[in-house]
Amino acid sequence: MLQIEGLTAGYGAVTVLREVNLIAEPGRVTCVMGRNGAGKTTLLRSIMGQTTRLSGGIFLNRTPLHNLPAHEVPGHGIGYVPQGRRLFGPLTVAENLQIGLMTRSKSAATLERVLTLFPRLRERLNQQAGTLSGGEQQMLALARALCLEPSVLLLDEPTEGLQPSMIQLIRDSVTSLKAEGVAIILVEQRVEAVLSIADTIAFMAQGQIVETLPAQGIGPEPFQRHIGI
Amino acid sequence: MGTGSLLMLATLEGTVMAAVLALAAVGLSLTFGVMRVVNVAHGEFFMLGAVLAWAVAQAMPSAPLGFVAALLIAPALVGALAWVTDTALLKRLNYNPDSTIVATIGLSYLIQQGALSFFGPDARAVAAPFTLRLQFPGFGYSGYKLFVVAAALLVLLAVWWGLTRSRAGLVMRATQVDRNTARAFGINVDRVYAGTFALGAALAALAAVLLAPISQAHYLMGHDPLLLSFIVVIIGGLGSLRGTLLAALVIGLADGILSMLYPPTLAKILATLAVAMVLVFRPQGLFGDRT
Ligand SMILES: Nc1ncnc2c1ncn2[C@@H]1O[C@H](COP(=O)(O)OP(=O)(O)OP(=O)(O)O)[C@@H](O)[C@H]1O
Ligand SMILES: [Mg+2]
Repeated sequence: MLQIEGLTAGYGAVTVLREVNLIAEPGRVTCVMGRNGAGKTTLLRSIMGQTTRLSGGIFLNRTPLHNLPAHEVPGHGIGYVPQGRRLFGPLTVAENLQIGLMTRSKSAATLERVLTLFPRLRERLNQQAGTLSGGEQQMLALARALCLEPSVLLLDEPTEGLQPSMIQLIRDSVTSLKAEGVAIILVEQRVEAVLSIADTIAFMAQGQIVETLPAQGIGPEPFQRHIGI
Repeated sequence: MGTGSLLMLATLEGTVMAAVLALAAVGLSLTFGVMRVVNVAHGEFFMLGAVLAWAVAQAMPSAPLGFVAALLIAPALVGALAWVTDTALLKRLNYNPDSTIVATIGLSYLIQQGALSFFGPDARAVAAPFTLRLQFPGFGYSGYKLFVVAAALLVLLAVWWGLTRSRAGLVMRATQVDRNTARAFGINVDRVYAGTFALGAALAALAAVLLAPISQAHYLMGHDPLLLSFIVVIIGGLGSLRGTLLAALVIGLADGILSMLYPPTLAKILATLAVAMVLVFRPQGLFGDRT
């Protein structure tokens, strides 16, 4: 279980997050919603150790992660799919996956499993990642994170700019990861996508979690109130 | 000597020049490519390699032994110094492009004055490990110089293999693309940077050790290689290994051949012209893929 407790963090002297509390449990999807600039990406980057922490903490099964240098965080089984994919563009698909495997010294068996999930990547192993289509790039970003067999998966707007069939594919993968017991934090803007897979919905505004609700039985009102849709 | 022999001699000289230059330039290109740091002290790392080679060789009982020891020890020492420089200086400047230029200018002055204080102002000869003379039609040629070409080629191949095929190379290339994402996949970016800076400096030092038996070691010898390395890197495309190698070959050969056949100034003028043309028509370099 990943636990964020009273986290106040930002970039250098700029404080973005204030007193954030959030829990991600195994086999559950916690969706984070909020307007542009609310601090969703900053929250995920904070978990990855990429921001300046002022107070509060981040714990994985009670082990503090917030004092680790950024490069030691993924070793604890935290997979990250950044906003905008952030692939290693000039590197090949195979090399991008290789880096994912290296993170926690996973073997070819892991790679095989990941490629079974995304057969289209298998056909393009030697292609430069930057030349993949948008949908393929998103698959690769997800596949790269799965290569470290994460117990916690952070997804930052994974369906941004994708067509419906591709969105469906990403959603199916998230659903099956959830069934495997992965704890998922999903930043997502589209309500119907959130409603179909979320267990918990956390609304963010101005760097704070303003309301956390169970997804079960949620009506349109909270969405209207917090994000105006 | 006939024209054919002269041309062959000029080509050989140019090839030796190109080999040494390529080693030094690849070091500079690597540092810039991966870290985006323009290392103005690169020439002084080169100089330090040669001067340390002299010091190490001096301490050994025989010339071949001295040279082999120098070949191993000098680049290692220079690499270690670069590693320390990276952690103590560049990292603390956050690898800011402007600050690191200023810092490496300061560093180059320090290294130069350090070499002057410790080793004196005299040019020091380093004995070649062997004295073999090869007879070509019309002229004899130093076997050692050919060894330099072979050695440089071998090292360049190793660097190329390492970058494209090894795990360390993959990590370096990923870091070059996006250091934050690299961190999110467990890559210790600080270590990659320190290692890259050390490797770049060690390559310059290695080039200098190879050159030392040909042209002596001297505390001011870093200027030319620095300038030429920059020229090569500019023409080849900043951070492009392939471009750097090709440009080194062209510049080295051109410089070697032209300065054999014409006054050396003309060779420099032509190289300068080539740089100007590239800067005007293809500012990212012939093989540069980044703006
Ligand atoms: N590297 C940075 N340095 C300083 N401020 C930053 C940095 N990155 C983001 N910010 C600021 O932090 C705030 C939150 O940004 P963040 O990217 O976390 O928002 P977001 O909720 O992910 O928005 P979006 O929906 O547009 O992706 C914004 O005001 C932004 O300007
Ligand atoms: Mg965002």
